[in-house]
This record gives sequence, C-alpha cells and structure tokens, in this order.
Amino acid sequence: MSELAALLPVVPGVWRRRFVLTLLLAPALLWLLALIVLPHVQLALLSLRERVAPHVFEPSLAQYRTFFTEPLYWEVFVRTAVLSAVATALTLLVAFPIAWVITKVARGRASSLLFVVCLIPFWVSETVRSLGWLILLRQSGVLPALLVKLGLTAAPVELLYHDATILTGLVYTSLLFMVVPLVSSLESLDNSLIEAAYDLGASGPSILRGIVIPHAAPGITAGCIVVFMLTLGNYLTPNLLGGKNSQWFTELIYTQFIVRFNWEQGAAFGFLLLGLSTLMVSVGLRLSGQRFVDVMRRS
Amino acid sequence: MIASLPRSRWLRAATSLYVVAFLIFLFVPLVIVAAFAFNDAPYPAPPWRGFTLDWFVGNASTGRVGLFHDPELLGSIWTSITVASWVTFLSVCVGTANAFLMERFRFPGKQVLSVLMLAPLVIPGVILGISILSLSSRLAEFADDAFGLDLDFLRPGLPLVALGQFSYIATVATLMISARLKRFDRTLEEAALNLGASHAAVLRTITFPYLRPALIGSAAIAFLMSFENFNTTLMLVGSDSPLTIMMYGRMREGASPVLNAVSLFLMLASAMLALTMMRGGSRASTAGAAAKP
Repeated sequence: MSELAALLPVVPGVWRRRFVLTLLLAPALLWLLALIVLPHVQLALLSLRERVAPHVFEPSLAQYRTFFTEPLYWEVFVRTAVLSAVATALTLLVAFPIAWVITKVARGRASSLLFVVCLIPFWVSETVRSLGWLILLRQSGVLPALLVKLGLTAAPVELLYHDATILTGLVYTSLLFMVVPLVSSLESLDNSLIEAAYDLGASGPSILRGIVIPHAAPGITAGCIVVFMLTLGNYLTPNLLGGKNSQWFTELIYTQFIVRFNWEQGAAFGFLLLGLSTLMVSVGLRLSGQRFVDVMRRS
Repeated sequence: MIASLPRSRWLRAATSLYVVAFLIFLFVPLVIVAAFAFNDAPYPAPPWRGFTLDWFVGNASTGRVGLFHDPELLGSIWTSITVASWVTFLSVCVGTANAFLMERFRFPGKQVLSVLMLAPLVIPGVILGISILSLSSRLAEFADDAFGLDLDFLRPGLPLVALGQFSYIATVATLMISARLKRFDRTLEEAALNLGASHAAVLRTITFPYLRPALIGSAAIAFLMSFENFNTTLMLVGSDSPLTIMMYGRMREGASPVLNAVSLFLMLASAMLALTMMRGGSRASTAGAAAKP
C-alpha cells in the first residue's frame, strides 16, 4: 500500500482509498453474488422450466400451475402459514409476561440472572432439544408414564404427532427470538409513565393498552417477524414432533429436491415459500412503519 | 405491575408461579436428555433402571456401544468441527472486511449493498440450501460439458455445506463487528497518524485491539451457529454427515441413549462457550448467539 502511495505523490490519499475500497468490496461482492444472488437466479430459472423429454427443457409455468391445481400442495402451504401464525401469536403470549418480569418486576442481579437463564437453552442445538421432547412425549415416554401413574389415563397415550405437539415444539424453539426484542423494547419504557398512569387511576389493562403496547410495538413487530419467518422455514421440529402428520411445506421442498429429484418442482415450492416469508416480513414492517435494517439490527 | 407499585398478594403469587412454570418448560427437555444418558436400559424411556456409564464408555464387549467407541458418531463430531472452523474463519474475515467497508467508505450502491447483506437472515435456510445446490450443480454440469472437468467440490458435500452455512453466518459476523467499529473513536487513529504512525501500524496497534472482543465474540457465535446448523446442511450434505444430520438420522431410526450421551456433551460445550461469552460480552452479543435453525 505504501509503495503504491509513493508512486503517486500528487493524490496519494485518494488512490490509497480507492485501492482499499476495491480490496474491501471484493469479498462482499463475491459472497453476495456467488452465494446469494446467482443461486437464487438459477433457482428462479429452474422453477420456470419444464422437462419435456430426457435432458430437454422448455420454459413454462407448469411447476406453479401444479401447485395451484394439486390441492395437497396448497393445502400444506396454507396449513404451514396458519400454524406458523398461531405459533407466533402463542410465542408472543408466552414471552411477554417473562419479558415484563425481566424488565419491570425483577431488579438488579435477579433481573439479569433471569434473562441469562432464559437464553441458556437456546445455546443448545435444536436437535438436542427435539430429542428431549421426543423422550418426554412419545407413547413410551416420560409424560405418558407420569399420566398413568397419576391415574389420569388408563394406558400410556401417544402425545407426539398432534398439531398441538408441533405448536409446543415451535413455540419452545422460537421463545428466545421473541424474548430478546421484547426485553430491549420494554427496557426503554420509563417506569414513571406507568406510575403516573396508576396514580391517575388507570387500571392494569388500560395501562397495557394505552402505554405499554404502543411503546413496545417495535419490539413486538420485530419479534413476530423473526419468529414467523423461522417457524415457516423450520424443518426439524415439525418433522420430528409431527412425524408423518406434520405436513410442513419445507418437507415438500425436501421431498421434491432430495427424494424425487424433481428440482423444477422443488424450486417452484422454494420460491413460493420465499414469497410468503418476504410478504409477511414486508407487511409486518409496513404495519409498524419500521425499516428492515432497523428491525434486523434490533433482533 | 411494576416493582415500585403496590401489588396484591395474589398477583405476586401468580407472577412467581408463571416464572417457575416457564423455567420448567424451558429446562425439562434438556434435563430429560441429560438424565437418560445414564439410564441402564437400551432405550431412553422410563422407568429408571439404575445408573450406568455404558452409553459413554461401553464397547462391543458390554454389548452396548458407548459414545467413545462409536467411530461413526465421533467422526461426525470431527466433521462438524472441521466445517465449523472453516465457516468461522471465512465469516470473521469477510465480516471484518464488510464492517470496514460499511462504516468507513461511501460509494455508489452502498444502500443496496447494505440491504443485500441483511437478506441472508430473512431467507429460510432450506431455500439457501437448495439455491446453492442448484447453482453449483449447474456449474458442475457446465464444467463437465464444456471442459470435461469433474469438479467434485461442486457436488453435495462438505465444501458446499461450509459455503451454505457461511452464506448467512457472514451476515451475523458483519453485524457484530460493525456494531463495535461504529462506536470506535476515530480521533485515536487520527492522533496516531499525526504522530507519524503508518496506516498498518495504526490498524495493528489501535483499531484491531479495540475490535478484539467483537472478533472473538463473532468467531464463537459463528462456530456455534455452524455446529448447530441443520436446514441448510440437510440440503447440501453428501456422504459425510456432520453431527446434527447424523443425530437426526439416528433419531428417526429410534433413539439409543448414545444420542443422549452426545447431547450431554454438546450441552456442556455450549454452556462453557456461553459462560466465556457472558463474562466478556454484552447482552446483545449473548442474544446474538441464537442459532438460526
């Protein structure tokens, strides 16, 4: 660098900066073009063609047409979207009181300890957590045995493979992504606002509606966006806890790509999932009037 | 209600009850996994049949192959470590370059680039996987047709797994390192330059020492995220399985307590990593640990 600068005594600063800028741009562009942009272009091209004979392809919308004409496919799509939305709402309901306790009820060390304790399970792999739920819930598992012992059921019941099981697993996996943005948005809420409202006679629910929720809205949106997105794209939890009944859209993509080797169909499914995910993210941002960059930074 | 306001006894009790129930919900699956690693039975299921270390140290002679004598599992741990090391190295290097690029330079198209850099976080991992798979297969096909080259690294396998994971972990590293670089007081650099230090010396003695916590933190997070990644890996994996894929395969066949033993090790490793991070890190960096499934 200094040699180059010595060769250019007139405008060394500018040239040096140009040189460094190019050097720094190279890895960024290489990363984004080779691993993000071009792969998605190829995926799009793949989804827009049809195999008419071995090794002969024609551009067509057949893959997307199949999706809309085959009820199984779009039913699974809608089911995945609805269950993801339900899981997101449940996660918010479960996480909000904990975020409230961490920021407003517990004090000092107790508060930071509780926060850290809430984060610990998420350092452990999702595979391990799913294994825990399997051992806990399957017919020969811990919870059914406990229910028999308590006399609640006569024989061990199968607790896996229900929608409720999938939802429990999804909420469990997503909690962290909701607790963290909620805590950071509630932390900035001034306690004296709540005290003032209370002194003026406001009830709990009206304080929640009038002060807390408007203030925490950015955190709530950020958490919901991230949780919905991750739930929609999850594979492991629905697959292991739901078994054959899970009917999750990512499983269709996996089947088309890896099992049936029908990449064209799989690519179209991939784009539909990406489209839904992007749509929900942008609707969430629009509703709360936030910028994408800020939300991602916050979470 | 907040701590400074009067709360009824009922509300206090309800709050405590909720927190306890929440913590049970969080920890029961983990405790169960850990406990059944020591159960003296061929399946990780109740009832408790006594304590054993077979699932760690057992070998063919005891009839139970424990973790330390299971070459397949040990091999997959090694595979995961290798992949994670590459991903960590690449992510921290590219993340550092990106941080300097975005914090120190203005150039046309910067806005577009900054949005594009965040995009990998909102693309589901499965789709990152299939898109990279389809491009690399296309390239491999092309190389084969045009030049008769058989480019093995473009077929599903560990190089693609590493690239797939890197494609979004690089974003996480970029965010973490940029956040610290943003808070850097640039007058320190200017002072050193005025006193005659070269740019290289300033970087080495002032800027990088300041960035060190973020570099170490992002390396730890990158390693963890790579080690635990499932979705992207599932689509790109070849014949060598990293640990998460291996465990998934075995869980579907019907779990043996060896998986509990391996899980216990993973938990201990994560806990150690978390503790070191928390000692030096902020809330934000700890939270950033959340691995994208």
